[in-house]
Parts: sequence; C-alpha cells; structure tokens
Amino acid sequence: MSRRDAMAWGAGALALAGLATVPQWMHNDYYLSLLISVLMYSVLASAWALFSGPTRYVSLATVAFFGVGAYTTAVFGETLPWAAVLLIALGLGVAMALVVGLATLRLSGVYFVIFSFGLAELVKQLVTWYEVNITKDLGRYVFVDITAQDIYWQLLVLLALVLGLRAWIARTRLGLALRVIGEDETVAVHVGINTTRVKVLLFTLSAAFMTVAGAIMAPRWTYLDPTIAFAPAISFQTLIMALLGGAGSLFGPLLGAVPLVLLFEFLSANFPNHFAILVGLVFMVIVYAVPNGISGWLRRRKQHNGGGK
Amino acid sequence: MNTPLLELKGLTKRFGGLVAVNDLSFDVHAGEVVGLLGPNGSGKTTAMNLVSGALPLTAGEVRFDGRTISGLASHQIARLGVARTFQLVRVLGGMHCRDNVAAGLAFRPGGLHGRAAERAAQQLLERVGLGAQAELPAAELTYIDQKRLELARALALAPRLLLLDEWLAGLNPTELQQGIALIAALRDEGMTVLMVEHVMDAVHALCSRCVVMNTGSRIADGPTREVLSDARVIEAYLGSDEETAHA
Repeated sequence: MSRRDAMAWGAGALALAGLATVPQWMHNDYYLSLLISVLMYSVLASAWALFSGPTRYVSLATVAFFGVGAYTTAVFGETLPWAAVLLIALGLGVAMALVVGLATLRLSGVYFVIFSFGLAELVKQLVTWYEVNITKDLGRYVFVDITAQDIYWQLLVLLALVLGLRAWIARTRLGLALRVIGEDETVAVHVGINTTRVKVLLFTLSAAFMTVAGAIMAPRWTYLDPTIAFAPAISFQTLIMALLGGAGSLFGPLLGAVPLVLLFEFLSANFPNHFAILVGLVFMVIVYAVPNGISGWLRRRKQHNGGGK
Repeated sequence: MNTPLLELKGLTKRFGGLVAVNDLSFDVHAGEVVGLLGPNGSGKTTAMNLVSGALPLTAGEVRFDGRTISGLASHQIARLGVARTFQLVRVLGGMHCRDNVAAGLAFRPGGLHGRAAERAAQQLLERVGLGAQAELPAAELTYIDQKRLELARALALAPRLLLLDEWLAGLNPTELQQGIALIAALRDEGMTVLMVEHVMDAVHALCSRCVVMNTGSRIADGPTREVLSDARVIEAYLGSDEETAHA
C-alpha cells in the first residue's frame, strides 16, 4: 500500500517536473496559451471537485471567486508586488467564502445550486455598480509585468497544490467526513460530524484556489470588465468538465478539463458563430451519455473485464 | 437508584397546529432496556428525534447524564454518547460496509482512524454477523443486513445510550430471533437502550419497562407486563389501528 503510494507520488512529481519544462522548449505562443487554458480549467475543475466531489453540493459560484481574483490583479497589479497581489486575492477569496459558506451551506440540493448562481451574478452586479458609479469607468486595463511562461508555471504549481491537497484530504478523517456528508447528511450529524464546519472549511479551500487562479489569469486579458471576469460560462464549463471527468476521483477533473478545453477551442475556432449552440449540445450529450463521468465509466469497465474488485 | 441516564421533562413538539409530542416525561436509568410503544402516529419517532437532536423541541427539556442536551446540535449529542438507528434504515450506500462503521468510529471523542479503525470496524461487523461482507458496498446488502450495519455503526460510537427506532420491524421469524439475541447480548453487557418497537415478542423478551404514548402524550409507564395489560393501553391500540394483532 505505502509502496504503491510512494510510486504514485513519485510519478506525480516526475510528471510535474516534465510539464514545468514545456515552456522552455516549446516557443509557439498559440500552443502555450492553449496549455494555459488547459491548466486554468484543470485548476478550477479540481478546486470545484475538492468541495463538490465528495459532498455532492453543486456550486455555480466558481466565477464569483475567479472574477474577484481577476479584479484583485486589475486593481493592485500595477502598484503592489506580485506576491502581495496573490495574497490579497487569497485573503479576499477566503473571507468571501467564509461569509457565504456560513450563511448558505445549511441550504441543500437545488436551493444551494440556485444560491451559488445568484451569488456570482450578485458579485458581478456589485462590481458593475461600483465601476459605473464610483470609478466612472466600466473597464480596466491590466498592466502587470508577468509573462505567459510565468502564468503557465504558477498555474502548474496551483494545480499541483490542489491535487496534493485532495489526495491528502482523501486519506484523512476529514475526507471520510466529506464522503459521509455526500452519502447522507442526517447520518453524518448522528455519527458526530460537525457538518457545517466541514462544509465551510472545504468550500473555503476550494474558493481560495479559484480566486488565486483568477488573479493569475487576469494579465492574459489586458482589458477586463465585469462581463469578462464574471462570465457565467466559466462556472458552467468548470462544472461540466468536473462532471465529465468524474468529480469523485482525484484525476477525474483533469480527464474532463483536457479534452473539453481542446474541444471548445476547436469549436470556437471553426464555428465562431455557433459556438454557444454547440457547447450546449456538448453539455447535453455529456450528461446523457456519461452520467458517472469518465473515471466512473473506466472503473465500471475494469470491474466488468476483471470480474473482481 | 441515582440520577437517571436519560430524563425527558415536559417534552413538547408542535408542527404548526399539530402537537406531535405533548408534555412527555419519563426517565431511563443506566442499564435499562425501555420500550417506547404506541399506535402509529402517536409521536414515538418524533420523541426519538427530539432526544437525538434531529428536531428542535418546542418546549421541555432533555437531560443526559444530568446535563441538559436539548438545544445541542445532533453531532454534539452523538459525541456525548447517544447513538441511534433510523426507522427507515439509513446506510451509506456508496461506501463499503467497513467504511460505514469507520464513520461511526472516527468522530466520537477519542475517535479512531486508519489501521486501528479498520480493526475495530471489522470486530463490530463480526459482532453483528457481517464479518464476511466488509468489502461490499452497503447498498448491495439485504434489508436485514443493512439494519445490522446500521447497528454496528451506532455501536461504533461507543454509546452510553442506544436509541433503536423499529430496528426489529420487517424481519422474518428467524432474523427476528437473531435480532432479539443481539440486543439481549448488548443488554447483558450493561448497554442502556430506548427502543421504539411494534413487535410484541421483542418487547416482552427485551424490555423490563415500557412507556406507552397515544396522540403525543404518555398514557402508561411501568413494568412491561403491567403496562401491556393496562386498560387505557389496550383501548389506545384497539381504538386506532390493528397493531394489537401482534400482541
């Protein structure tokens, strides 16, 4: 068991090191930006699965945190050192998630879904109101001295952190608590789990990753306004990627994020006018054809073929 | 006898205009197995939910080991040593049986995790007769085995008070005998049990004392034999449904 674990961690570290060298030998800007997209959605989908995978709370608030992170960079990026910007984004994400989590994680099922969607819209409207009425300028330019390579490496580190955290949590008591909550919250409280605390903690961790991802990604846009930073499509795409891959397993979200980012890229390049229609179709096909995600499908195939556990 | 382990004092629960539990008071002493009886809809399960904290109470007080527990959250009550099973059996269907029990072991005071938890879970599974099914997803168990698993999970909390809500309902005669034997063994080890039960054979075999409820109120409290021959109890059953068929 522990030897297999050691091998898995070793393989993970090797893969990480290999991926880190990519910008040094690949000098094609288009492919690098595609890889950045893949990494961004891998981080978002993994962070989403950190909370929603085991608890099965479906959140559409991803972009609320992502957008706050992006705006942190837009506001402080020029004046403060980069590390400080990321720390502020982290702080804002954590504070927002704590407030929201304490207020709403008593909701369950569809009520939480609607609330999380409403939250993203509310934050977007608040930022819009502020920009229109206080700064009198809806858009912002993001001038930060960060290269595409830097963004790639930072997202890679973020991905390693979120995967490492998920792997670690899965083997702790906290991971067990999350699985019990996902199975049956009534049972969870009756075996002594403080479900509110567990849910708020995980929601906050998940939000922290999303916010920092937003802060790192902001320089890619140069120009930012609320409809870009808080685009609901980011929440929906994160959700569908995690579901396609399988939010319950460690690498599930990656199995969803990699093919879908490439597919969406292909669709937007070749069918720019029908992109939204095609994405809608993709969503429906995924929910209909792979309800348990790719990782669930692989597991079942293995069971059928192996005939054992 | 010294202070009762569990004290219910004037417990009342209203759902809008309906008074589900009305001024219910009784005690359970350490080591007792007490039956909570009554026709369907008399408020037994609601009373259990008030004790375990699953529902907030409208008025009254629940004391456990001399300390007020009404108003505490369910997880706090569970950690104090009150474990329960559910009327409609609740297992964690997607998890292995061993993990179902591990869930009961992990979050109690001095909780177990890892190897120690696996060993303890296996012992509890063997105790309820599920030793061979440890690796099976709980959803694949039969109804009786799910009930056994639920009991193992409750026992994993190392409770001082066990609340069983119709744990013996729906079993065939052989399973019923096994179930009764299991609870009798717990009783002989000194476990305190409060059980809602309709199966009269089980009540006679296990409960030294019974509390009978009707339309939310207590109508009898005393030694099982006396209570079951009480005129008001017989009237309550005959007057409202056919549960007397079991008696």
